[in-house]
Amino acid sequence: MASLKEIRTRISTVTTTRQVTSAMKMVSAAKLKKAQDAIMQIRPYADKLHEILADLTPALNNIEDSIYTNQRVPEKVLLVVISSNRGLCGSFNSNIVKQTIRLIKTKYFKLYKAGKLDCLAIGKQGEKQLKSRKISVSESNHEIFDQLNFENVNQLAQELMTSFSSGQYDRIELVYNQFKNAAVQICVSEQFLPVEMDEKAMDNTPPDFIYEPSQEHIVTELIPRSLKIQLFKTLLDSNAAEHGARMTAMHQATDNASELLDELRLHYNQARQTAITNEILEITGGAEALNS
Amino acid sequence: MYLEIITPEKKVYEGEIKLVKLPGSAGSFEILENHAPIVSTLDTGELKIVDTNDETTIYQIKGGVVEARQNKVVVLAESV
Repeated sequence: MASLKEIRTRISTVTTTRQVTSAMKMVSAAKLKKAQDAIMQIRPYADKLHEILADLTPALNNIEDSIYTNQRVPEKVLLVVISSNRGLCGSFNSNIVKQTIRLIKTKYFKLYKAGKLDCLAIGKQGEKQLKSRKISVSESNHEIFDQLNFENVNQLAQELMTSFSSGQYDRIELVYNQFKNAAVQICVSEQFLPVEMDEKAMDNTPPDFIYEPSQEHIVTELIPRSLKIQLFKTLLDSNAAEHGARMTAMHQATDNASELLDELRLHYNQARQTAITNEILEITGGAEALNS
Repeated sequence: MYLEIITPEKKVYEGEIKLVKLPGSAGSFEILENHAPIVSTLDTGELKIVDTNDETTIYQIKGGVVEARQNKVVVLAESV
């Protein structure tokens, strides 16, 4: 059995660790609340935009492919891998990396072998893990999580859209964690560009709208806008999922630390008891020897 | 007539109004009660609201789109 002092040191270490994890859990819970609110706030905007776009889709038939709906044979593909900047959030980042590797090994294997597949890493953890698995990351953008607002995302979306319209990439896909609830994240990959049009919406006839300045103009304005919103929503989703994952992971860690602490205390008391018994034995033994 | 102004970050305005003046891409225009259904893109500029108490509110908006149908006006602005 370990000595009393050893156990005492371990108990104090575990106590500190538990303090840290439970503090992190509370911080994550607060941040999760904020992230969830942000999602709630963007929802009406995204829904309304979608509605307007759906009203316009019948009109889209008359317009030739806009630069963002242009379906090309994918010869050069960009994967946008959205992870987090900080670790300690369970399998959040490794799930993303696994999903990315699965995509590379199946859907885009040929392109990857030919060097026609690039990765854009958003989040330091994802980049680190991808690199350690020998997957080259051509670009990275970690600052976006420092201040997650529409303006910054707007810029990033603009860059992605330009790289698509200029023909640098023929397809852009997002890999991210979708927020379901605080304990569950779903890892998904989603096509960002070219835009896939909702076929169902084509049938219903729209009310007689006045279009200003023109239908074409509105559609070409709205598609980029909805893309920006999509990216913003994706990042918010991933952000909320990160905090959810961290909260659950830290909750687990706190529980485990408490369990360990109980066990250590038991051992400590046992060791203490044994030490006392031994001491008494020695004293009585000594006294006995003197008497005889 | 009911007006909503929404940006990606928050809902800026919501309520009954008499008149809204918008900076449309094809020129500034106003929407009054019973306006025909309209969809228009918006430029950067001034958005003026006159509410049911005849109070005027002015917002500076930065691009967006407006949809009006059946006396319900929705302004989606990029930022306010």
